[in-house]
Amino acid sequence: MLSLIVFLPIIAGLIILAVPSSQKQIIRIVSLLAALGQGVLAVLIWKDYNPALPGIIASPNGSPLGSFQFVERVPWINLDLAGFGPLNIEYFIGVDGISITMVILTALVSAIGVLSSWPIQKQVKGYFILYNLLATAMMGCFVALDFFLFYVFWEVMLLPMYFLIGIWGGPNREYAAIKFFLYTLFGSVFMLLVMIGLYFSVTDPITGNHTFSLVAMATQSNYIKDAILGPDNVVWRYVAFIVLFIGFAIKVPMFPFHTWLPDAHVEAPTPISVILAGVLLKLGTYGMIRINFPLFPEVFQAGMYVIGIFGAINIIYGAFCALAQQDLKKMVAYSSISHMGYVLLGLSAGNSEGMVGALYQMFNHGTITAMLFLLVGVIYDRAHTRQIDKFGGLASYMPVYAGLVTVAWFASLGLPGLSGFISEALVFVGAFSSVTTRYIAMVSVLGIVFGAAYLLWSLQRMFLGQRKPGAAYDLVTDDDGHQHIHFHDWNGKLDLDARELTMLVPLVIITIVLGIYPMPILGMLTASINKLVEVLSPVVLSQL
Amino acid sequence: MFELPSGAEIQSIIASLKASVGFFIPEIYLSLLFMLLIVIDLVIKSKKNILLSLITISGLAGSLFFIYQQHSLQSGELFFGMYVLDEFALFFKYFFVLSGILAVVVTMADEQFDREVKSMGEYYALIVSMVIGMIMMASSQDLLMIFLSMELVSFTAYILTGYFKKNQRSSEAALKYLVYGAVSSGLMVYGFSLIYGLTAQTNIIKIGIELAALGSHSSVVMMLASLLIITGFGYKIGAVPFHFWAPDVYEGAPTPITAYLSVASKAAGFALLMRFFYIAIPHSTVSWSSIVGIDWLTFLMILSVASMIYGNVVAIWQKNVKRLLAYSSIAHAGYLLLGLIVMGKLGTQATLFYLLSYFLVNFGAFYVVILIANKTGSENLDDYKGLGKTMPIAGAALTVFLISLVGLPPTVGFIGKLMIFSALLAKGSLYLWLAFIGIMTSVISLYYYMLIPLNMYLREPKQADNQQINLGVLPQLIMTVFMILTLYFGLFFTPLSDFSKYSSSLFGIILQ
Repeated sequence: MLSLIVFLPIIAGLIILAVPSSQKQIIRIVSLLAALGQGVLAVLIWKDYNPALPGIIASPNGSPLGSFQFVERVPWINLDLAGFGPLNIEYFIGVDGISITMVILTALVSAIGVLSSWPIQKQVKGYFILYNLLATAMMGCFVALDFFLFYVFWEVMLLPMYFLIGIWGGPNREYAAIKFFLYTLFGSVFMLLVMIGLYFSVTDPITGNHTFSLVAMATQSNYIKDAILGPDNVVWRYVAFIVLFIGFAIKVPMFPFHTWLPDAHVEAPTPISVILAGVLLKLGTYGMIRINFPLFPEVFQAGMYVIGIFGAINIIYGAFCALAQQDLKKMVAYSSISHMGYVLLGLSAGNSEGMVGALYQMFNHGTITAMLFLLVGVIYDRAHTRQIDKFGGLASYMPVYAGLVTVAWFASLGLPGLSGFISEALVFVGAFSSVTTRYIAMVSVLGIVFGAAYLLWSLQRMFLGQRKPGAAYDLVTDDDGHQHIHFHDWNGKLDLDARELTMLVPLVIITIVLGIYPMPILGMLTASINKLVEVLSPVVLSQL
Repeated sequence: MFELPSGAEIQSIIASLKASVGFFIPEIYLSLLFMLLIVIDLVIKSKKNILLSLITISGLAGSLFFIYQQHSLQSGELFFGMYVLDEFALFFKYFFVLSGILAVVVTMADEQFDREVKSMGEYYALIVSMVIGMIMMASSQDLLMIFLSMELVSFTAYILTGYFKKNQRSSEAALKYLVYGAVSSGLMVYGFSLIYGLTAQTNIIKIGIELAALGSHSSVVMMLASLLIITGFGYKIGAVPFHFWAPDVYEGAPTPITAYLSVASKAAGFALLMRFFYIAIPHSTVSWSSIVGIDWLTFLMILSVASMIYGNVVAIWQKNVKRLLAYSSIAHAGYLLLGLIVMGKLGTQATLFYLLSYFLVNFGAFYVVILIANKTGSENLDDYKGLGKTMPIAGAALTVFLISLVGLPPTVGFIGKLMIFSALLAKGSLYLWLAFIGIMTSVISLYYYMLIPLNMYLREPKQADNQQINLGVLPQLIMTVFMILTLYFGLFFTPLSDFSKYSSSLFGIILQ
């Protein structure tokens, strides 16, 4: 089942390959079916998922699979390295509480991305082939439990993303695409070195062979003592942790590796922005939780406050940058940087509250930011500009749109009753209760104020008041004396049309429901996070 | 002074020669093929000829059978230690025969030959003779054989590079190649003569023993000899700072020859360098660097790092795709040297695997470059604009090959890099800095490799007609096969890695 959810989009991609490129509608429908299929499978997996089982590591006296669920494990490659004996690379996938939330998020955002791609007219066939390849790679990353497999999925994401930004993007797309590619590759090649170092250091407890299994790697007793990343080699373990962390931090993106993100977002077409902010950024923090922290728990303990400081910088710096933006999309992009800072802060707390908050924030940021980018896309489609000062008084002419924008904006700034509030609150509860991050959390709270500032200010400038001189639309008074607005080159419905509502309404519902009753997600997370905290805790470490 | 051998001695010499011939069948077969091709050319004088191509391809393919039979033979020395048969040599025999076949396949697709060349007969014969020369390079165990085989390859390569006689660039490339080649091999022979002077041996196993016994006695002479010999080898593998010929030759030569040189000739240089470096240079003692006067390992590291950095950085400014791939091939020589530096079985396995992946990908890439040049008449980056739309399969294939050259999964090039870096890291933190440079330069390489897809997909063509260009069924099929193999071996590489491991044993040395 898990394999199917991973490879469904690529199957759709192969079907599309056979469809003539003039049949645009068929291509879109095939992609949509694949995405909906993923959604159905995600729901089925969710339904059968047992939230009591933690996952994270191999159970010490039980099966080597640990308590992962929906596990599929088949030998894939048997690499025989001269002088090192056989090395097992497996097709090993499975989910625990952490990955299943991300699987659900990915399925949701992928489906919305397909809907949002509907109006694309340029090279539809190529677009959806790349899109489906991307969808498979993203889903694969979240379920892979073998480092080699994870790395393959991780890298496979880059090329489709490069083309999706580079071909279908805005005016400065060449620069943005290659910048994205170079930045992420820079991070991941170092991951490659760590990966090699790890398999030389870890043996499978059952077979005794070197292994790429992340489950085996997360158990410290599987390390060879004097190997390059074994417990005796403290220095290299620190180096490996930092290198891995930077690799993931580029994806998050964490200050000072964030500069690719605003460029990529501004140039990318709306659906790709949605995917990028909704799923891709989560891969960075997911990688930290799945790989970086459990593999090097003692380094994590030592470096918690550094991660926290970078989280705080992200929160405040991102908010300040967002405050200064004239371009609405750039503002949302910087708000992403700010909000991913909360995730980092929550992780750095190292306790259950903070980590659950971080994970929940990842999910909520995925849904809320997807909404923000979709809404930016809606107005850009109509006005062909995203400059905030080209609008004004939109609320009276596009009431539905303005309503949804308000919900999304408030969710983003963390209004109680909406999902963003709960996750941010949990993050701060966690960060305050940890001695190491207490003061960092105090500073970070300022981020909420600035966050409210840029969001409310943009809301006010765009939607309230009157049409500004030089705005992107004209005021038209019809025979009855009613005032309407008219966008140039826009013949569609003025307010949201059915397709746009189909994309947005589910997200709004999720945001509201999860803001009132967060248990569907939190319930799945708790067992895994508790286990993770236990694995990372100094008490357990001292027993090693 | 010189005594005539007795009758019994002559008898035994003849007997030993007879025995050796049994181990030399593929080479004899290929020599016969070479002569056959010349004769056929005399009988049917023609331009580019399907028949002759097919004869060459099937003739070369036939030799694979004889090579396969050699697996059952015990590895050992032939012809009084001049020549050697081992798993390592067998690997390169397959490698060179297959690259010969691919060179012919690629030539068949190149329409420039129709315009530039009247008679193609000796072309095929020369390709076969180069295969023979390269096989001998990989199997030579004696300074004289090394020199002879290297010259056989070089001279053939000079002629093939200048095969477009009327084309100025081609002739210029051949001349440059000749001048550089002559100087390098002259220097190398001088180095050989110094070694002979020190050890009174030409067999490299015996040289190894003698040098180890020599101690630091003549370290100055040995340092000079080492430098001179590395010059010769470095020229052959196209490593910095002996690379100056490469960009001009690769750009000027007929494209199939560029592919052939960049893969096969480079591999032959590596085969020779590995055998010489492993066997003739003593490594067993702790202070062996003082024995040979100069630390070969350090020198190879300098070569490797310089090649990786120079090749990858200079490639950024190239506007011609063939020239870009020339610089990329310099960079790849650097990565290949990394495996050599590690030594041992794992390093050898990694180098051989990398050669296999490079073989597949580079031939594929040049094949697409030829097909594009057939239609656009140009190899300039500028003329690649919009080709992704007009030639979708060629564009996709070339993108896959370039991704593989960068070393991204799921392509075979990624596994090549994985093996090389694994070999480096298997030595602990000793060579970590080399891995670091390798990693950093491969990020740089992404930029210039992506310039090609950038022009193909992200930019609009000059003519706005966007008509699809038909490349023909067979070329598209061949491209697709190359592309699928690149991806397939990126996901299921066990056969290649096992074969590389099997081939990593050399006669005369037990690698750890």
